[in-house]
Amino acid sequence: MNSVVWSGAVNAVVGLLGQPFLRNAFLAGTAIAAACGLVGYFLVLRSQVFTGDALSHVAFAGALAALSFGVDPRLGLFVGTIAVGVLMGTLGPRGQADDVVVGSVFAWILGLGVLFLTIYTTSKSTGDATAGVSILFGSIFGLSHDQALVATVIALAVALAVVVIARPLLFASLDPAVASARRVPVVVLGLGFLGLVGACAAEATQAVGALLLLGLLAAPAGTAQLLTARPYRALALSCAVAVGDMWAGLTMSYAFPHLPPSFCVIAVAAGVYIVVLAATRVRRRVPVQV
Amino acid sequence: MPIGTEEPTMVLTDAGAGLSWNVVDDVRRLFQFGFMVNALQAGTVVAVMAAVIGWYMVVRRQSFAGHTIAVVGFPGAAGATLIGVSALYGYFAFCVAAAVLISTVAHSRGRAFSQENAVTGTVQTFLLALGFLFVSLYRGNLNGINSLLFGNFLGITTSQVLTLFLVALGALGVLGVISRPLLFASIDPDVASARGVPVRAVSLVFLVLLGLAAAEASQITGALLVFALLVMPAATAQRLTARPVLGGAIAVVLGLAVTWIGLGVAYYSPYPIGFWVTTLAFAAYVAAVLWARLGARTSRAVGAAA
Repeated sequence: MNSVVWSGAVNAVVGLLGQPFLRNAFLAGTAIAAACGLVGYFLVLRSQVFTGDALSHVAFAGALAALSFGVDPRLGLFVGTIAVGVLMGTLGPRGQADDVVVGSVFAWILGLGVLFLTIYTTSKSTGDATAGVSILFGSIFGLSHDQALVATVIALAVALAVVVIARPLLFASLDPAVASARRVPVVVLGLGFLGLVGACAAEATQAVGALLLLGLLAAPAGTAQLLTARPYRALALSCAVAVGDMWAGLTMSYAFPHLPPSFCVIAVAAGVYIVVLAATRVRRRVPVQV
Repeated sequence: MPIGTEEPTMVLTDAGAGLSWNVVDDVRRLFQFGFMVNALQAGTVVAVMAAVIGWYMVVRRQSFAGHTIAVVGFPGAAGATLIGVSALYGYFAFCVAAAVLISTVAHSRGRAFSQENAVTGTVQTFLLALGFLFVSLYRGNLNGINSLLFGNFLGITTSQVLTLFLVALGALGVLGVISRPLLFASIDPDVASARGVPVRAVSLVFLVLLGLAAAEASQITGALLVFALLVMPAATAQRLTARPVLGGAIAVVLGLAVTWIGLGVAYYSPYPIGFWVTTLAFAAYVAAVLWARLGARTSRAVGAAA
């Protein structure tokens, strides 16, 4: 009886991965989620979640600008997000000082994105009317095999880069003054990290869309920080939670075709985060028995 | 407003709505169609309300609360469309609920700062995802999502204009009643509460008003671009003057100018209202920043010469 259940489960997984579009989605989704989990952990640790919000506007405008000029949208995505990520880093504390200025600039960039969207959908005969929607909310089930491969390679490179700089970056994030006294290149690390955030945002846009990438960066990292205070364990956990959210979300969307994949992924990620948040609060209220 | 009100564009091209050299004639033709008159009336109401409430919001440094509240309006509007109600009511219900929620959460702090950011980011993203779900379930024209996010001035009905007007009138009336204690509480909350101003109650009432203003602005600019009407005119006015009444008046004039010019240009151009309104408002803001810098430099030069 147990073996029947097992073979049923195995058949379901084989059936799931038998579909080429699902195989591509799982391949790219796993790598993208892993990169987002790693980058997101440092983003939350360094209180730079707002950067992710800002990059989502740039991702939208960049991708549509590339489309309206007849270039591959991924080119606009990566150039836009990495450039703006590094730019926000060079502005430094001055850039965070006035939220009115930053908010106004990004609202205008979003307005430009709307302009490019109109140019693309109306003037080009090849214009795809749903291009704006798929950039805003992702189209992971629409990835071709080549697109999935490229996305996977870039995401793995981002993840690897974060792992390589994890130790000095952690030091620089937790205590920048002591780190720079110990000759850790704090400024360079910060800029490099924001460049990685930009690349990661461009990757996540392909999976869950420009508007929803913040959830994939923030929710797994927040979950991991609640579960453990030890940095390396939290970093690994954040990566694992992100990948788990992605797998559960994609499976859920396949099982219920009415639910779009990006909604499922974000719903799972937010749900896991909220449950863990509630659970740790309850546990803290219970008096500790010694 | 049903999702997918693209038909009037067709009517426009049939009527030959090209721009002529006669400016008076062009402006007169703006009022030819009922939907355009409705749009101009709605825009006027929204611009005045958003500028006045936005002025207080910028003083209170709550512009991101305003942005979050507006983003929450998107699933509201999409959900209302899904169940067959006007998107306007969805905006109102969700924006006001978000405003009340934010004011209660803001008072129950105690977690690490970065954790709070992660929660805000996650909740905001989840609500956007929910809006996307509603739009996909609606099975109508998926393009209608763009008008919810980036604004659309077509298809505003006369009864919606009336609703916008009455809500704005009520909100500005309440603001008039609480304006003095609100300003006091915004500038120095400690002294204000020592003098017996109910600071918490006043800030709760203000956030509800902000929710109403964000909902109204979403009707013109869409949920993602409310900064254009809610924040930028007020921020521009504050660059020019610190005096409350004059600043409020400048913000209203700017908001009206941005909305009217934006509507007029969007009518004659193929590009959407969201682009024009954000670009005009942002240009005004940049001009004010440059003007203020120039003024500071000139007065410094005069001071050095004297």
